[in-house]
Amino acid sequence: MTASVYPTVPATDPSLLSKKDFQTEVDPRWCPGCGDYSILAQVQRILPELGIPKEQIVFISGIGCSSRFPYYMNTYGMHSIHGRAPAIASGVKTLRPGLSVWVVTGDGDALAIGGNHFIHALRRNMDLKILMFNNRIYGLTKGQYSPTSEQGKKTKSSPAGAPDYPFNPISVALSAEATFVARAADIDAKGLPAVLERAARHKGSAYIEIYQNCPIFNDGAHDYLTDRKTKAEHELRLEHGKPLRFGANGEKGIALDTRMQPVVVDVATYGEDRLLVHDEQNDSLAYFLSRLVHPAFPTPVGVFRCVERPSYEQLVEDQLTAARERKVASVQDALEAGETWTVA
Amino acid sequence: MLEKHTEVLEAVAIRFAGDSGDGMQLTGTQFTETTALAGNDLATFPDYPAEIRAPAGTIGGVSGFQLHLSSKDVFTPGDEPDVLVAMNPAALKVNLPDLKPGGILILNTEQFSDKNLERAGYKSNPLEDGSLAAYRVYPVDITGLTLKAIADVGLNQRAAVRCKNFFALGLAYWMFNRPLEHSIAWIEQTMAKKDALAAQANLKALKAGHAYGETAEIFTHSYVIPEAKIAPGKYKNITGNEGVALGLLAAMQLSGLDMFLGTYPITPATDILHHLSKYKHLGVKTFQAEDEIAGICSAIGAAYAGGLAVTTTSGPGLALKSEAMNLALMLELPLVIVNVQRGGPSTGLPTKTEQSDLMQALYGRNGESPIPVIAARSPGDCFDAAIEAVRIAIRSMTPVLLLTDGYLANGSEPWRIPKLDELPRIPVHFHTEPNGFQPYGRDDRLARPWAIPGTPGLEHRIGGLEKANLTGAVSYDGGNHELMCKLRAEKIRRIADIIPPTEVHGALDGDVLVVGWGGTYGAIRAGVDKLLGDGHRVAHVHLRHLNPLPADLGAVLHRFKKVLVPELNLGQLSHLLRDRYLIDAVSYNKVQGKPFKESEIARAVLAELERL
Repeated sequence: MTASVYPTVPATDPSLLSKKDFQTEVDPRWCPGCGDYSILAQVQRILPELGIPKEQIVFISGIGCSSRFPYYMNTYGMHSIHGRAPAIASGVKTLRPGLSVWVVTGDGDALAIGGNHFIHALRRNMDLKILMFNNRIYGLTKGQYSPTSEQGKKTKSSPAGAPDYPFNPISVALSAEATFVARAADIDAKGLPAVLERAARHKGSAYIEIYQNCPIFNDGAHDYLTDRKTKAEHELRLEHGKPLRFGANGEKGIALDTRMQPVVVDVATYGEDRLLVHDEQNDSLAYFLSRLVHPAFPTPVGVFRCVERPSYEQLVEDQLTAARERKVASVQDALEAGETWTVA
Repeated sequence: MLEKHTEVLEAVAIRFAGDSGDGMQLTGTQFTETTALAGNDLATFPDYPAEIRAPAGTIGGVSGFQLHLSSKDVFTPGDEPDVLVAMNPAALKVNLPDLKPGGILILNTEQFSDKNLERAGYKSNPLEDGSLAAYRVYPVDITGLTLKAIADVGLNQRAAVRCKNFFALGLAYWMFNRPLEHSIAWIEQTMAKKDALAAQANLKALKAGHAYGETAEIFTHSYVIPEAKIAPGKYKNITGNEGVALGLLAAMQLSGLDMFLGTYPITPATDILHHLSKYKHLGVKTFQAEDEIAGICSAIGAAYAGGLAVTTTSGPGLALKSEAMNLALMLELPLVIVNVQRGGPSTGLPTKTEQSDLMQALYGRNGESPIPVIAARSPGDCFDAAIEAVRIAIRSMTPVLLLTDGYLANGSEPWRIPKLDELPRIPVHFHTEPNGFQPYGRDDRLARPWAIPGTPGLEHRIGGLEKANLTGAVSYDGGNHELMCKLRAEKIRRIADIIPPTEVHGALDGDVLVVGWGGTYGAIRAGVDKLLGDGHRVAHVHLRHLNPLPADLGAVLHRFKKVLVPELNLGQLSHLLRDRYLIDAVSYNKVQGKPFKESEIARAVLAELERL
């Protein structure tokens, strides 16, 4: 065999990286006040902390406002076609497991046109970091209802109200066997980087639903959760091993009633030891939490589920290694395998 | 002792036909391998229904395998079989119209019951009503004789009946003086691993069939087909799908790239996935995607990451891949798309052959989207065509469409195994220099640099939006868009620089030039050879490259009075030639899910000669 055709340039030192290294010269072209700006800033903030050389990071996106993201990240990137980013990213990751591969997508891109690729990437546990910006509207096509818009929503394409029943994106991801499922809001300067970093360090598919505000076509869709005045009443921060408490002083909690239904209780009268305790490895609890929906319940943010399972690309590498150990043969041997005969 | 005569034949075509559960494909494959080892040239044509098991005994469930063996060069599986082995009335009904007058007919009498005759649509029993008088009929109770031969093995009735194809195979081996060794070894080594008892029974059935030919009074003649004169070398028999897989494997070695196949199962292309998934020890990664779109998209991701990226499909799948093909075109990444054509439109005829995706391959995408298209001409040629597709994709940084078809994919022929170190390498250059790096800068072939993730200092963004020339930044500028459309078109046009001069078989100028492409090669070549032998001024050009076309093709076409274009579609290449060269090309078409016969081509050319 001759020398490898692949470049042998040594990797750069990731300890020297800062947020600035991930900014491009291109000015983002999102609308003023778009939630995408703060998500971009948080991603650029956590990447230098991961210890990954910049050249080994790849951002792949589909189509939509969120999918312009790679243009503003000074890493390798591809702005691809509508809904297909998880499939493209799967090819990158399977061929080159050493790369850190991120998918940036939106509620239309991931859950409508790209629904199939989305669920299958999660099922395989392909080691991709999937950031799904959920603004519950189609922005780039100027305001049609999306698969996460509430039923009855009036938009340009649904003047009488959308008859569609929406997806619950966390429930979808859990049902698709995702091994890491989390939620954060775009302007949550504490919660968002925390789940981004945990997702980055998770080995396997990591899915984050990011509540993102579209100030033009669906302004304020997540205000109840992000507005400082109402946040405490509506945000349930998930912490592994901790009881499910919320409210300004943690005075409320989530418990099960006798019919296994969730109830909001007053912690002081009900007792903290009777509250549900979060466990990231409990599948049923993760699904249960995904069904806590505003306004009847507080909205859980943080990590719903985090379990370990071999990732797809690792299993492929293992198969290749095992095959190489079992069988030593060249391409020429492969051509000559089977029934052959020689004509003199 | 009965006297048996041996006759020498130059060539013979045999068809095995039965129910789709009768094992006819296996019987045909065994006969093929034995024949190849015996040194004959050959070509095969498996023809089976889309249903895995259609209702037993019905016309719809008939599966056939035709094999043409010869002591001379073989171009096709043969127009009309000389021998038909029919395992039931339905198989007889479907295949008899193809049998040569005076041909040999071996019938499994056990299956000719009233019920089966009725299922096949017979009003009376052809064994008794004299309707087979024009053929040499050998009625044999294949089922009964098989059961008797294997009675002591102790298989249940159902499993025992299934051994009858090996009895038929043994009988055919006797009739054509083929050795049993290869099939015996296959039964003992391969079949025995799965089911030792069945292997024991099939071995007995095979030998019993052979012995029956030797002793039964009705068989008075056996036949010998002498070895063909074949170029020296090491050979094996391969199908077109195997040829594609091995060609890609060779291209992997010749380029030094890591291979990635992203694909979704679809008839008749799936075998390429089956073959390539066996080569994990060589580092091949195969990805069975969730759909056709994910198949090509994952391959685009692999191409972006620096792999030898491939996706395989058939017509309906190609339609689904259109948008992603254009992404690959816009990203200017090397990618091979293999389309094993089948009968269309829509689901069409999944297991039958056709050449009707040429227009789809050339034009079936939005915008100005030129993609190189090449086609393979025979099962063995699929190997070379796959290497050529990879070579073009990498040299010009472009997706390339390789067209084969169901006939090539499942048909087989002896293939001379090449030595890889004698094949030209496929040069690959990954860009590494950050200074002056321009993602959409171009070399003299107009190919852009391949700069893969992992390379420090080359971090850049690409996408499906129009690119600014050189920088690759997003650009909505009208002038730039026109420039980029023209650059992408010119890049593909320049591939013509490496296409060798058009090979004209037969007269260099004259009356009728037959122009074909793809899997019709064998039938056209044999038909034209027959007319050349009769002294006609005709010739054959068979196109490998359909986009771009060879630079000298126009001049060649104009040297002939008539250009005839036989195609298994309603006139797609002829449309292209008329458009490109302003010639009055005559279309000769067939869309019956079956390949051309040599005689059909010869007749069509003769008709044109008469009209001159």
